[in-house]
Amino acid sequence: MADIDITSLGKVFAGTPALQDITTRFEDGEFIALLGPSGCGKTTLLRLLAGFDMPSSGTIRIGAREVATATKMVPPEERNIGFVFQSYALWPHMPVRRNVSYPLEIRKLTKPEIAAQTDAALAATGLTEYADRMPSDLSGGQRQRVALARCLVSAPDAVLLDEPLANLDVALRASMQEVFTDFHKRTGATMVYVTHDQAEAMAMADRIAVMNQGLIQQFDTPQTLYERPKNRFVAEFVGRGTVVPVKAIEHDEIQLHAHILGTRIAVKSDAQSQVSHVCLRPENLSISETGDLRAKVARVTYLGGKYLLETVSACGTRLLAETRAKFDVGAQLGLTITTPWAFSED
Amino acid sequence: MQSALQKGGSRSEYRLLSAILILALCLTLAPVLRLFIEGVTDQGAPSLSLVKSVLAQDSTLNALKHSLITAGLGTLVSVVLGAAFAFLVALTDLRAKAALVFCLMIPMMIPPQITALSWTQIMGPSSVLLKTLGIAPPLGAPQPLYSPEGIILLLGIQHMSIIFLTLRAGLRAIPQEVVEAARISGARGFRTWWQVVMPLTLPSLAAGTAITFVTALGNFGIPAMLGIPAGYVTLPTLVYQKLAGMGTTVLAEVSVLAMLIGAVAIVGILLQRFFQGRQNVYLVGSTSRPLAIPLGSARLPVEILLWAVVFVILVLPMFGLLATSLVPAYGVPLRFDTMTFASWGEVLFRQPVTARAFANSFSLALGAAVVLMIICLPLAWLMERHPTRLSRLFDSLLDLPYALPGVVLSIAMILLLIKLPFTEATLYGTIWIIFLAYLARFFAVMFRPVQASLKQLDPAMAEAAQSVGAGLFQRLRDVILPLSAPAAAAGAILVFLTAFNELTVSALLWSSGTETLGVVIFNLDDSGETAMASALAMTIVFVVIALMTLIQLFSRRFPKGVVPWQT
Ligand SMILES: Nc1ncnc2c1ncn2[C@@H]1O[C@H](COP(=O)(O)OP(=O)(O)OP(=O)(O)O)[C@@H](O)[C@H]1O
Ligand SMILES: [Mg+2]
Repeated sequence: MADIDITSLGKVFAGTPALQDITTRFEDGEFIALLGPSGCGKTTLLRLLAGFDMPSSGTIRIGAREVATATKMVPPEERNIGFVFQSYALWPHMPVRRNVSYPLEIRKLTKPEIAAQTDAALAATGLTEYADRMPSDLSGGQRQRVALARCLVSAPDAVLLDEPLANLDVALRASMQEVFTDFHKRTGATMVYVTHDQAEAMAMADRIAVMNQGLIQQFDTPQTLYERPKNRFVAEFVGRGTVVPVKAIEHDEIQLHAHILGTRIAVKSDAQSQVSHVCLRPENLSISETGDLRAKVARVTYLGGKYLLETVSACGTRLLAETRAKFDVGAQLGLTITTPWAFSED
Repeated sequence: MQSALQKGGSRSEYRLLSAILILALCLTLAPVLRLFIEGVTDQGAPSLSLVKSVLAQDSTLNALKHSLITAGLGTLVSVVLGAAFAFLVALTDLRAKAALVFCLMIPMMIPPQITALSWTQIMGPSSVLLKTLGIAPPLGAPQPLYSPEGIILLLGIQHMSIIFLTLRAGLRAIPQEVVEAARISGARGFRTWWQVVMPLTLPSLAAGTAITFVTALGNFGIPAMLGIPAGYVTLPTLVYQKLAGMGTTVLAEVSVLAMLIGAVAIVGILLQRFFQGRQNVYLVGSTSRPLAIPLGSARLPVEILLWAVVFVILVLPMFGLLATSLVPAYGVPLRFDTMTFASWGEVLFRQPVTARAFANSFSLALGAAVVLMIICLPLAWLMERHPTRLSRLFDSLLDLPYALPGVVLSIAMILLLIKLPFTEATLYGTIWIIFLAYLARFFAVMFRPVQASLKQLDPAMAEAAQSVGAGLFQRLRDVILPLSAPAAAAGAILVFLTAFNELTVSALLWSSGTETLGVVIFNLDDSGETAMASALAMTIVFVVIALMTLIQLFSRRFPKGVVPWQT
């Protein structure tokens, strides 16, 4: 059983912190995505979980076992964890079959057992016909499947994946995402998946941890993350959102109202009285002649079937709206805001 | 310790790194340190009196002067020859460049005593080749190579490849755009070369010059074969003569001489590092396509000229050597009816000393190659993964035993091993002292290619093995070893090649029963058995060329920087 428990985890590289005080818990069998801008510490967190690096502070427990503290740690080879590298890290001197069977050789299984389990792993990833090729003779997607088969074959408690699809083209990514979700369903292993593609994270993960500057900003299901961001960073990073400050709020028994951009609108929130900002997503804005917020179209982008309008309101705020009808740059229009999400940010 | 644990985090790796690092430090740096201590102490107390008295002797000053003259002017010859070849090969559209480069490497790989022997066989009154052609000078005429000029010429030829290699590497690093920009702005031909290419290559030329000077300074084979008959003594031959004449009683004295050579050499090494460092600052940019300035109608004449030079410095002396090895007695002209393989048979199959020397050199070279491979592979990998302060220090000093003249290292080895600490035992006079000296001397030859190939290895390769449960030795055996095997093999062949032919170190360390091939050739020539010396030398040349061809055949599979003549 492999739930992963992280307590006050920190990592400092040559004086600069890459991770600061992370405390969280990944449940057994969950598919977790780590999402965040470049340099936020995703790879660092993953390498600490795998045991390739040692934490500067804090502890990591996998299942019942404490695997790392700042002073001692269980080496990666004794953790029973799978790791899928962005660069695949296939051993170029071994054919596909040996790449996949190597973990079993290490575990000193008998020849027939090795053969049977290797064949099963190759079949599960659709690689049976490539078993005797060398890694250099495979395409990118096939290589990534070999890496996955190698990781699957030894039935790890947890699988860590560092941007496994970043080197692949868009079409291949979609089909590989399916391979990963299948793999997760079949094995029930805890998966921690690093990506900076939010669509990928949303599509696959049970929960997403959004990271920035070495901290987890919010850790929730994809839906919650999108609809109820906790702070400005998450609101702006996930989906297309504009964050605007709240001038004043009033609340009665049933509804919270906020004054933004010179108008008074109804908002949703869980923070009640202290809300300071609202997050305006395209679906919160509708275009109507009678809209009480006046704005001018600054740019039009065709998204296929609909247009994304970048508009500038009278007070100078940029707002994003989506329409089916085409507008010209410079056109004046009215916007109506419908119950956006409000949060407090200090 | 702390920094090693922060990264990688495996204690077994750190323990192994410390163990091998300490072993390597003892092997390579302890002798040098021991030598230094010997020079500046007198019966245990720090003293400079010995240094003063040795430096005041006329013989020392004369030898120093001769060393500086021959090494200095020899370097000049190397620079002229090597630079001309480097510019033409790297910048123009010559044909058959690979073959040319390969041929230019051969002089560096052929041991200097054989170079000297072969050249004496095409000049002078007793040259079999000249006699056969009927153009030999009259008997009694002097051998023109037994002179400072002869030493300078041969040192120049022997080391031109060093200049050629460093300069060519520097030229290849020049971004093509730089030259193209100059041509767009209207500079053409000679002007581009002089105003754009030349200034950019000065650092690598200077670095190559410094290292050539150090190598020439430490050369023993050429001044020994050409200088001793002429009474022209350089520092390495002075050390040899003193030690051969008076044995280990003069050890303290010769260690001062060794330190003198070492001091001059270190100045050269520091200069080389300085210029190499400057080079990196200059040359950044894409180097996708090599430069290929068309020579036009001058191409054929230039090619003919270059190959003629190769013929004169490489093929001609070999003909001389071959001719000498085929005559029944030294001095007899070579004709079809006088031609005989008697010397070959005698030296290769009948002389017990040759068989012994073959066995010695072979086992020494093989042993050094194998042991160094076993030490260097894990060491290079662990140093790459856990750079500690100690490992960085070692990295910057490990070239020292190779860069320092062989004489210096031999004296250091004698001092270190003549009386083993805590016992009465000695390694002096046994084959082990030569073996340990070889390990120290050729450490860098093995380590650098392995290091270069491991630097290019994705760390994820080993981490992937680690994540599926492979322990340290399994990772080394199943992933690191196979992936760096080509580089390790190339390194091992180079170690074997250089150790097999080596003379300078073993000249001071051999004793009856532990002769090496280099020593045997030197002694045969010294005792007038020139025909046999030539036959043995020819055999060695064939071995060298065969091994080089082997490396060449596999060179495509090596990462960049492994095969020395393909930088
Ligand atoms: N070995 C190291 N030495 C020093 N600093 C490091 C090291 N590894 C990472 N860092 C720093 O730690 C921070 C986090 O790096 P990390 O690789 O975890 O980012 P990331 O979130 O994976 O980014 P990306 O999406 O670009 O892969 C960065 O600022 C990086 O420069
Ligand atoms: Mg990363």
